[in-house]
Amino acid sequence: MPTLAADSGELADAARAWKSAYVHIPFCLRRCPYCDFAIVDESVDGRSLVDRYVAAIHLEIGMEGGIGRLDAINFGGGTPSRLSPMQLGSIVDRLRSTYGLADDVEISLEANPEDWTDDTAAQLVSVGFTRVSLGAQSFDGEVLAVLGRNHIDTDIARCVSSARGAGFASVSLDLIFGHGAESERSWDQTVAKALALEPDHMSTYALTVEAGTDLARAIEGGAVPPDEDLQADRYERFTDAAEAGGLRRYEVSNHARAGHACRYNLSTWSNGEYLGFGLGAHDHRRGQRSRNKARIEGYLASIDADERPRAGIENLDAHDEARDTLMLGLRLACGTPMSELAECFLGSPKGLMFLDAGVIAVVSGRVVVLKPMLTDAVVREALSVSAGDC
Amino acid sequence: MDQSRIRNFSIIAHIDHGKSTLADRLLERTGAISERDMRAQLLDEMDLERERGITIKANAVRIDYLANDGHTYELNLIDTPGHVDFTYEVSRSLEACEGALLLVDASQGVEAQTLANAYLAIESGLEIIPVINKIDLPAADPDRVAAEIAGILGGAPEDIIAVSAKSGAGIDELLEAIVGHLPAPEGKPDDPLRALVFDSYYDTYRGVVSLVRVVDGALSAGDAIRFMATNEDLVADEVGVRRPMIEPTGRLGAGEAGYLITGVKDIDLIRVGDTVMHVDRPAFTPLAGYAEPKPMVFSGLFPTDGDDFERLREALDKLRLNDSSLVYQAETSRALGFGFRCGFLGLLHMEIVRERLEREYDLDLVATAPSVEYVANLTDGKRVIVHSPQDLPDPAHISSIEEPYVKVMIITPSEYIGTVMELVQSKRGEMGDMTYLSPERVELHYIIPLAEIVFDFFDQLKSRTRGYASLDYEPEDYRASNLVRVDILLNSQPVDAFSTIVHKDRAQTYGRAMVKRLRELIPRQMFDVPIQAAVGSRIISRETIKARRKDVTAKCYGGDITRKRKLLERQKEGKKRMKMVGSVEVPQEAFVAALTIGDE
Repeated sequence: MPTLAADSGELADAARAWKSAYVHIPFCLRRCPYCDFAIVDESVDGRSLVDRYVAAIHLEIGMEGGIGRLDAINFGGGTPSRLSPMQLGSIVDRLRSTYGLADDVEISLEANPEDWTDDTAAQLVSVGFTRVSLGAQSFDGEVLAVLGRNHIDTDIARCVSSARGAGFASVSLDLIFGHGAESERSWDQTVAKALALEPDHMSTYALTVEAGTDLARAIEGGAVPPDEDLQADRYERFTDAAEAGGLRRYEVSNHARAGHACRYNLSTWSNGEYLGFGLGAHDHRRGQRSRNKARIEGYLASIDADERPRAGIENLDAHDEARDTLMLGLRLACGTPMSELAECFLGSPKGLMFLDAGVIAVVSGRVVVLKPMLTDAVVREALSVSAGDC
Repeated sequence: MDQSRIRNFSIIAHIDHGKSTLADRLLERTGAISERDMRAQLLDEMDLERERGITIKANAVRIDYLANDGHTYELNLIDTPGHVDFTYEVSRSLEACEGALLLVDASQGVEAQTLANAYLAIESGLEIIPVINKIDLPAADPDRVAAEIAGILGGAPEDIIAVSAKSGAGIDELLEAIVGHLPAPEGKPDDPLRALVFDSYYDTYRGVVSLVRVVDGALSAGDAIRFMATNEDLVADEVGVRRPMIEPTGRLGAGEAGYLITGVKDIDLIRVGDTVMHVDRPAFTPLAGYAEPKPMVFSGLFPTDGDDFERLREALDKLRLNDSSLVYQAETSRALGFGFRCGFLGLLHMEIVRERLEREYDLDLVATAPSVEYVANLTDGKRVIVHSPQDLPDPAHISSIEEPYVKVMIITPSEYIGTVMELVQSKRGEMGDMTYLSPERVELHYIIPLAEIVFDFFDQLKSRTRGYASLDYEPEDYRASNLVRVDILLNSQPVDAFSTIVHKDRAQTYGRAMVKRLRELIPRQMFDVPIQAAVGSRIISRETIKARRKDVTAKCYGGDITRKRKLLERQKEGKKRMKMVGSVEVPQEAFVAALTIGDE
């Protein structure tokens, strides 16, 4: 297959057939003030559980039947780089021996600049990693501080060149925007500095205030909350700069050069099948969505009892799958393929309103959200259209 | 029962001054109800009455009391509503009594409502026993309150009975005073039957149950009876009393109060205030004072989901079985679809009806801002009654518009006189006289357009006097005013449900405030939404709700599609209470925005 643009519909359609695996590594040096993910805070719980956890992942992989050769493996977190390259490599090996890997498999991890050394990079490549997503978050020291990050902007540059030197085929940078402490100038500089490092891929996430986080408490205490309009501005400034720098938006938060769209991501948005291992991990296969237990004690206890650590399973019929394809595809820049349900939505009063307001359009036979920052507003209405409505 | 041993009385009290607790205590002390069966607010049967601590429907309970003189007396406690909306019901209940307990909170003093009802009782010739309640409260000031009551009613402050309905202190003394001070009824047992209907309610099994007071003659089960006002002949299937459980007695003699069941299902046939007589021995003069209930406040009620229109009609029909003062007719709004224009006795009545429709009939409703009944005099000499701003004829054809005025009584601590005057002035009020009840409290009289009261007058009065002022009003007359209709346009389309009739001098201010308030209440949409206020074709104010720019969780959610989907579905569910007006989603509270624009 020729190298397709990251936002190509053909690529998204192909991704639907990909099989991937997600492995959740919950350990973090400390919890970031905005984070509400299932993590294990080492500053609270120590590292004593790491070895047990890696062993548990191995056991859990053994509990899951075949899905076919994997096109993508993604280590997310938490902070996957809190595990040693050897530990991560052992999990890759386990996946390889259990399911087999495609020749062009993408093996990716999220990494924290604090954990990154040339040595780490080289070892990760040697155990099979092809892609790294560096948690840069910002190049502004003040913003990094309020986000609770301990690195500085030059660390990021060092990480990128180190990853390149080690032979990573794809290097991505993650940024967070829209904190009250961030100014427009600061954001423009962050974007410029990030693009200057010529990453293959960038993910930009609007800061979200989740209940129960330190950030939520700070805002209750009077700190400036993120402003929707400012976030929309920042998003547009980024998108323009990224496009100029050769990175195409292929999903609400993701931009990449041709050939560098994240396979695991694309497969998820295309409603493909994926396995999930580890704390709070989710999978989607054979008409089921399952999720794992989100607390480490419960998760480990299940594994010890030789049980899959499931917290819930949702069964999907053909209509549910069509609905998810619509819901997820609307996040993609290429849109969701036309379907009976999509047509039904387009013909509904809300669908017509969105078309009229220029929020959505039909482009090359796909329904596309033209204003990606309004995707949830569209999806909310698309979800409430049922087959009975048309 | 010998009439000399009968005492019919009601309790007049302001909300929260302890009327229902006192009734509970009287029932308990006389053994009408055992402590085991006691529950608070025994006579208030509706959930709403209990929750709000108010009485909406009247009730009558017979209590046997063995007095210190060795005789057993029959006490009929006639429980009455205590709110300005139900003045007519109160007056009917008072007609059924010879005496009334004027119950006043020892820490609060006399309130306008209580005073208005006390005057009503005195005008009806009732003997009043003033009672000070809650004397055990730390903030109680019984001496001051006693002086205040004595100042209003005459008599000596030290003669006033002090009780604690909560602890039961003073209850024995009160019972003796009821027997000793209140007059016995003086009906003529041998005359033709005349009985007053002082309330009615609908029972699913029994049909209409009427509360009656026999004035002359006697009413027995099986009698052929006639209702004078409706000229309806029926048979008294059952008569009896409540103790407080229903107890058929077969007969109610002169001076007694009790219930009457005829098996009739149509509440309109038995009107509150009507006189019951025998068909074969008719009385010639009805008892005084039957009047048709007159709705004062009007509002549109629309189902949020248009498919619920028929359910709303059925619910209103059922509610009316119990509330003949509720009137309604179908109405169509371009913005809100099919609904009903409803007439209410007042704001509380309106609130109660709406709440009962939503709770007891599981309806989700949009209510429009309340309005009053205007009269438009047309250039061709016709008079048009206008219940809804959207029905106001073209101003070109109107020579004048009249609006209802009310007589308002306000009782306030004297330090707030200035504040109250200022408020009344801003509401186009005319000052009447002013009486000091005591050096600290004053009674003020005004004439104010009802439309101003219906808006936010009461809330503002309360907030400006820190809750200390109280209010009562009664209809005065219709007067011509310089009124205009302010229309609101949403996305350039007029929204009839937002139209309001206001005084011309206030149109600009009102329009500006309304538009601003709507901008706050209506969430941002996918496109810019202009909001305009207009008088005729002239735009007097404009604001724009800017299009929403971000509505997305732009972070990775790790393959947790189920959770994300459920979150979006929940958010969508939360939007269901929005009403689509054109392509704009409007929250229900926006339709009563006019009530919450405050002083701007």
